[in-house]
Amino acid sequence: MTPRSIGLDLARRDGPAKVTGTATYAYETAVEHPAYCHPVQATIARGRVTRLDTTAAAALPGVLTVLTEANAERLASTEDGELAVLQSAEVAFRGQLIGCVVAETSEIARQAADLVEVSYAEEDHETELTADGSYDADTTGDVESAFAEAEFVVDQTYTTAMYHNNPMEPHATTALWQDGTLTLWESTQGVHPTRSSVAEVFGLDTSRIRVVCPYVGGGFGSKGMPHANVVLAAMAARALPGRPVKLAVTRQQMFSLTGYRTPTIQRTRLAAGRDGRLSAIAFDVAEQTSKVKEFAEESGKPSRTMYAAPNRRIAHRLAALDVPVTSWMRAPGECPGMFGPEVAMDELADRLGMDPIELRLVNDPAEDPESGKPFSSRNLAECLRTGAERFGWADRGPRRDGRWLVGCGVAASVYPVNRMPESTAVIRFAGGRYTVDIGAADLGTGTWTTLPQIAADALGVPVDEVEVRIGDTDYPHASVAGGSSGMITWGSAVLDAAAVFREKFGTDPADGDEAEGSVSENPEEEHFAMSAFGAQFVEARVHADTGEVRVPRMHGVFAVGRVINPRTTRSQLVGGMTMGLSMALHEQSVLDPRFGHVVNHDLAEYHVAANADAGQITAEWLDEHDPHVNAMGAKGVGEIGIVGAAAAVVNAVHRATGVRVRDLPVTLDKLLVSAPRGF
Amino acid sequence: MEPFDYRRPGDAATAVRTVAADPSAVFLGGGTNLVDHLKLGVRTPGLVVDVTSLTSAEITDHNGGLRIGAAVRNSDLAADRRVRERYPVLAQALLAGASGQLRNMATTGGNPLQRTRCVYFQDVTTPCNKRSPGSGCSAIGGYTRHHAVLGASPECIATHPSDLAVALTALDAEVQVLGPDGERTLGFGDLHRLPGDRPDRDTVLEHGELITAIDLPEVPIARNSAYRKVRDRASYAFALVSVAAALRVESGIVRDSRIAFGGVAHKPWRASRAEEVLLDAPATEATYREAAEAELAGAVAVDGIDGGNGFKIPLLANTLAATLRDLTREAK
Repeated sequence: MTPRSIGLDLARRDGPAKVTGTATYAYETAVEHPAYCHPVQATIARGRVTRLDTTAAAALPGVLTVLTEANAERLASTEDGELAVLQSAEVAFRGQLIGCVVAETSEIARQAADLVEVSYAEEDHETELTADGSYDADTTGDVESAFAEAEFVVDQTYTTAMYHNNPMEPHATTALWQDGTLTLWESTQGVHPTRSSVAEVFGLDTSRIRVVCPYVGGGFGSKGMPHANVVLAAMAARALPGRPVKLAVTRQQMFSLTGYRTPTIQRTRLAAGRDGRLSAIAFDVAEQTSKVKEFAEESGKPSRTMYAAPNRRIAHRLAALDVPVTSWMRAPGECPGMFGPEVAMDELADRLGMDPIELRLVNDPAEDPESGKPFSSRNLAECLRTGAERFGWADRGPRRDGRWLVGCGVAASVYPVNRMPESTAVIRFAGGRYTVDIGAADLGTGTWTTLPQIAADALGVPVDEVEVRIGDTDYPHASVAGGSSGMITWGSAVLDAAAVFREKFGTDPADGDEAEGSVSENPEEEHFAMSAFGAQFVEARVHADTGEVRVPRMHGVFAVGRVINPRTTRSQLVGGMTMGLSMALHEQSVLDPRFGHVVNHDLAEYHVAANADAGQITAEWLDEHDPHVNAMGAKGVGEIGIVGAAAAVVNAVHRATGVRVRDLPVTLDKLLVSAPRGF
Repeated sequence: MEPFDYRRPGDAATAVRTVAADPSAVFLGGGTNLVDHLKLGVRTPGLVVDVTSLTSAEITDHNGGLRIGAAVRNSDLAADRRVRERYPVLAQALLAGASGQLRNMATTGGNPLQRTRCVYFQDVTTPCNKRSPGSGCSAIGGYTRHHAVLGASPECIATHPSDLAVALTALDAEVQVLGPDGERTLGFGDLHRLPGDRPDRDTVLEHGELITAIDLPEVPIARNSAYRKVRDRASYAFALVSVAAALRVESGIVRDSRIAFGGVAHKPWRASRAEEVLLDAPATEATYREAAEAELAGAVAVDGIDGGNGFKIPLLANTLAATLRDLTREAK
């Protein structure tokens, strides 16, 4: 395959529909005479509902039905505790669904939901994560001896906060149960995975469920698997056959119902000699999970492969608490897992009096330390060197500019190359054009635009002769848009379908010719370790009087294989970096342990970086060729941009001020406390 | 949200009589805070009386100063040339507040009456003495980052969120009020209350009293004034601390000052003690620090689940000193 369309800087095909407001999102689906559903949520963190009086709610004019544990249908499967909606009177976390009202308008539904009277038998709850407890450790070599013998040791504890994904479009559903078939217009990162989950929960054959989702207003992982709101919407629709039901989760409800990233407490230890070579890495991380559903954030993952150290200890502690269900958020594992270690590397470089880039170069492994396999491509060193030159690393400060203290920091990024073993694409020829059908998702990532580029090259035709149809279970099965695997997986299926098509029909097909292709596991994974790498550079300015932090410049250099579309790739990388900046300086879900819920549960109080916080954020990529990852030579770009970004900010702040903040976010009080009268 | 009646009377006097006669009635201005409260269930009025077109939307010259109609939008007030030249602290405070969209909606009369953004006040599932008198204060022992260090009570540690109000306090503005019994004038500094044992009352206004205009007196030193807002992100965030200040320095000596603080108390905090220390003292860093310490002598930090709000005390001292330092120039 010769890349002709691949690599073109094409504008988004869905752009005009989005900017003109004609792209239809799940909640906006035009249906006849919809009803509206509003949840009722528990206001205790643990216990049992003893009385639930729906009389007043049901009596309100316009209310169609009130569902509670007492009258909701029994689900076929309650194996997934998060999705076992209204199946028990037990309350496992504050904000859990205990009912819903369906009414003629959303306003009536909301008013009636407030009229539901609930009594509880409340029990003591535990919602605070601590580092104390047992860890599952995975050890290579003799870690403790290495620390005992090391000339230089860093031993620090770093923490990341609880984070909520907060896409612009809330989780939303329009659900219709009609003639024994359930249709869900759903904001999701995967129509087929959503269908499978819902089918299992309701005991329906997948042929009786259709999930439609042409557009997604952001997901960042929180729409990667269905949450309780989807089951509730479907349940409400089944209670009112023939009547479409709409449910949009409010911003406040998102903080207890639609997933979030666990806080982490990371004890990170590095042992090194005077030459900077690491002899040991130890990473002990504590995280939380909900009691109703176990979800483990694998923060230790990147430390297994990042740097060459013969002795390694990776230990996880997963504390089951009375908290909402943790889930995917952009780069689960790698994002928090590269915070502590990449700050610790900076601390070690300081201790050694070594350039932190040099320290990383010295420890760049020739092969994957975990598996012993060679890397299919590993261009971290080149990312660091290129970035240093472009960013002007030599002038990294510290310096003073009036009342501002200025310094620069660096950190490394990594994200694995993931490919899902399941996806099917169908290519059809008609009227001189090719149509590719696959149930893929575009959550703002660019799929509508980039899949045609891949298909065009696979077929050897211009990209404007290719149409793609995605986001519907009526199209062939596609995997979830998660783990930066979407383009790799669906693109591989499209390549296969194109090859089959050409083999069957040649280059002069007849109208109606059609071929199917799929994707399997990558046999090369047996021989190679596969990851994308990157280097993040940050300039931070800290105000000497107030401790305010500003980041005028961020630059990322990434090695992500062949880039399908520079415009959508840049958007992904810069978006990830911006989210990393936000994590570094602002984001923090504050859970009040007395009540058990996140109290800053809206976008006025849960701060994400505003435009004024995002200075000049730029990303570039190396001209990397990796023949092993897939036929396109492409690695995923959805997540690597966030990895390492927060560490680079912390390292820059330290360079500027001499103050090392180890607990995110870097708020001004943490800098002031260290320098109460200014720096 | 509960259903409510909505009325748009033909004039302000009718609006005042209508609200005064109905304990469940509220005035609606730009709606940037009230509408949130309706959705959250924080307020459940039976009647909403829209006054946006019933008071003046003009800024007029008045006794050497300016009269600002209550319906003047924040964005228009910030853009007014007279305000920018004669009262830069006011223009800066307005532009430091909210977002462009909100400033286009928010009114001069409504903005000072916005209510605290205390997360417990805004969450009807948690106790709050301000929202539900006698239910307790959830902020004490909770998330106190945005809470008061001056003038709080065991009943309430909320802060007042307006930036505009801080500048108006420093400028000795006056509030024109229309009530069922006629008009009255209040000093802006007397409009808001400390919580005491009645934290449900933010201001001294009686039910049915409507702000019709705000008067800025002639304040020559305000030409050398500034508003410095310190917050958790570069825009669209409430103040952790803010300082509105005007300063007059002659021959290296402070001859006059106006100072108010935001983000640290239940009301905009006039820093009279700091002003006293500054008067006739050398315009030096040491004096500015001394002024800050005098004003903050009674400041009390509140512990909390995210480290508390003790940082506000040194932060405010630093911010006051920095603001005064920036304003230090010889008067012409």
